[in-house]
Amino acid sequence: MSIGTADCHRDVITVDSVSFSYQQKNVLSNVSFNVKERDFIGLIGTNGAGKTTMLRMIVGLLKPTSGEIRIFGEPISQFKEWNRIGYVPQKNALNPLFPATVKEVVLSGLVGKRKWFGAHSREDYNKCDDALMAMGVEDLADKRIGQLSGGQQQRVFLARALINNPSLLILDEPTVGIDHETQESFFHMIKHMHQHHNMTFLMVSHDMEMIKGYLGEQPASTAGKLNFYIRHSHETQDCVEQNLAHSLKHLRAQMASAKEGK
Amino acid sequence: MDIIFSGFFQRALLGGVMIGITAPLIGIFLVLRRLSMIGDTLSHAAIAGVALGFVIGDFPIIFGLLFSLLASFAIEKLRKSYKSYAELSLAIIMSGSIALASIFFTLGRDLSMDANSFLFGFIYTLTATDLWAMFAVTVAVLIIVGRHLHGLFLITFDEEAASVSGLPVSYYNVMISVLTALVISISIKIVGGLLVSALLTIPAACSLLLARSFKQSIITVVIVGELAVIAGLLIAGVWNLAAGGTIVLVLIAMLLLILLGRNIVSRVA
Repeated sequence: MSIGTADCHRDVITVDSVSFSYQQKNVLSNVSFNVKERDFIGLIGTNGAGKTTMLRMIVGLLKPTSGEIRIFGEPISQFKEWNRIGYVPQKNALNPLFPATVKEVVLSGLVGKRKWFGAHSREDYNKCDDALMAMGVEDLADKRIGQLSGGQQQRVFLARALINNPSLLILDEPTVGIDHETQESFFHMIKHMHQHHNMTFLMVSHDMEMIKGYLGEQPASTAGKLNFYIRHSHETQDCVEQNLAHSLKHLRAQMASAKEGK
Repeated sequence: MDIIFSGFFQRALLGGVMIGITAPLIGIFLVLRRLSMIGDTLSHAAIAGVALGFVIGDFPIIFGLLFSLLASFAIEKLRKSYKSYAELSLAIIMSGSIALASIFFTLGRDLSMDANSFLFGFIYTLTATDLWAMFAVTVAVLIIVGRHLHGLFLITFDEEAASVSGLPVSYYNVMISVLTALVISISIKIVGGLLVSALLTIPAACSLLLARSFKQSIITVVIVGELAVIAGLLIAGVWNLAAGGTIVLVLIAMLLLILLGRNIVSRVA
């Protein structure tokens, strides 16, 4: 079963007849789906449907009992380019007393490179500033992460995920515990990125309103109790054009002008 | 006062300066990952090891290290079986270690070994070999933590994001356990097996009250650790008190002062 619509786009995630069981209970059985470049996939399911399990398998935290998962065409066990994936965790994982500034959290997105005792290069700091600017949280850079509101924290985590300019952004229930207004501006930001950047999205959510509003009323496919809602961002860009990604620096300016234009 | 210029005291001071860096530096990662009790458990395992080392011959440090390493692997294994009841694994290993230690102590009665010295420290017997062992562990801890500071930060702050970034999380967990076991087994001669976890956790407790950033908290734990070890050893030397106990009381006094100072500041502000 192929979910993507455009053939000119490469496969980003391939899940091939994957099953997962935990303590003799089948959580997922024989799930297959395919995420293509520039898809926005909403993964919806009731509690216990296995959506978090699915996500954890895709990012390599769990191993499927059977079947295979490939990322950017490579089997997950051999996949090395983890800096191409941005990951936004569930908000409630954060300990409010943790001694870390917003800047330190965002810079931790660059962890793949080795450095001595916290030394970052000028380039790293520039990337960090760009990511903070793009999310509109540059004023909070030196605040302790636990002092921020839920919506601000979510922007910081999004900035961390974006600092590497990822090709695939994975969001795990990003708006749990955030008020409605903040949720809306968060989704606005995500939608904009999907339409104007060369980025593929996989989001686990139970916010049906947002999902249906952007991805359509009916799931494009189902596997067991998991529903996949899909929107492919193809119409605004030409596939042959390679230079789809523009730097984070311009993201906020573009979003501002897009808002004014409405 | 003369005691301060004696050879054994200077050796103790030198050793103290080294564990004053390493123990708090490892401790901050344990505390932030909510593993404060692991230090306590591993140090009890080390006591059992030290006791066995004396029963067999004169290898206390080696067996102490071996036992705390074994205990750290056992904890990881048990943690996986009990999942969300992970503390249970600490309780089991801790009581098991004390049981073993008590048996080894009675076995070694003929060897006229002094149980107090394992439990509360025995700085008067610090040898040149001990100092070299401490130096080696200190250098290793500084190199490894310095090299992996960003990875350690991410794994401490957000373990899931760390795995998604491609960090070998289980390798890091083993690394932290091994470093903890190493630090405990070199610290046991100075602060004693029962008190070693104070040197791991109390500097971190102080830094949680003071530091705004991760960088600050790393600097704070090392300063607090050094001040407490040096002041504690000097006080113990001059007034002839137990060194380990004095160091720990100085640590607690510092924590209380910080709490008090913070209260005053928040009232004035």
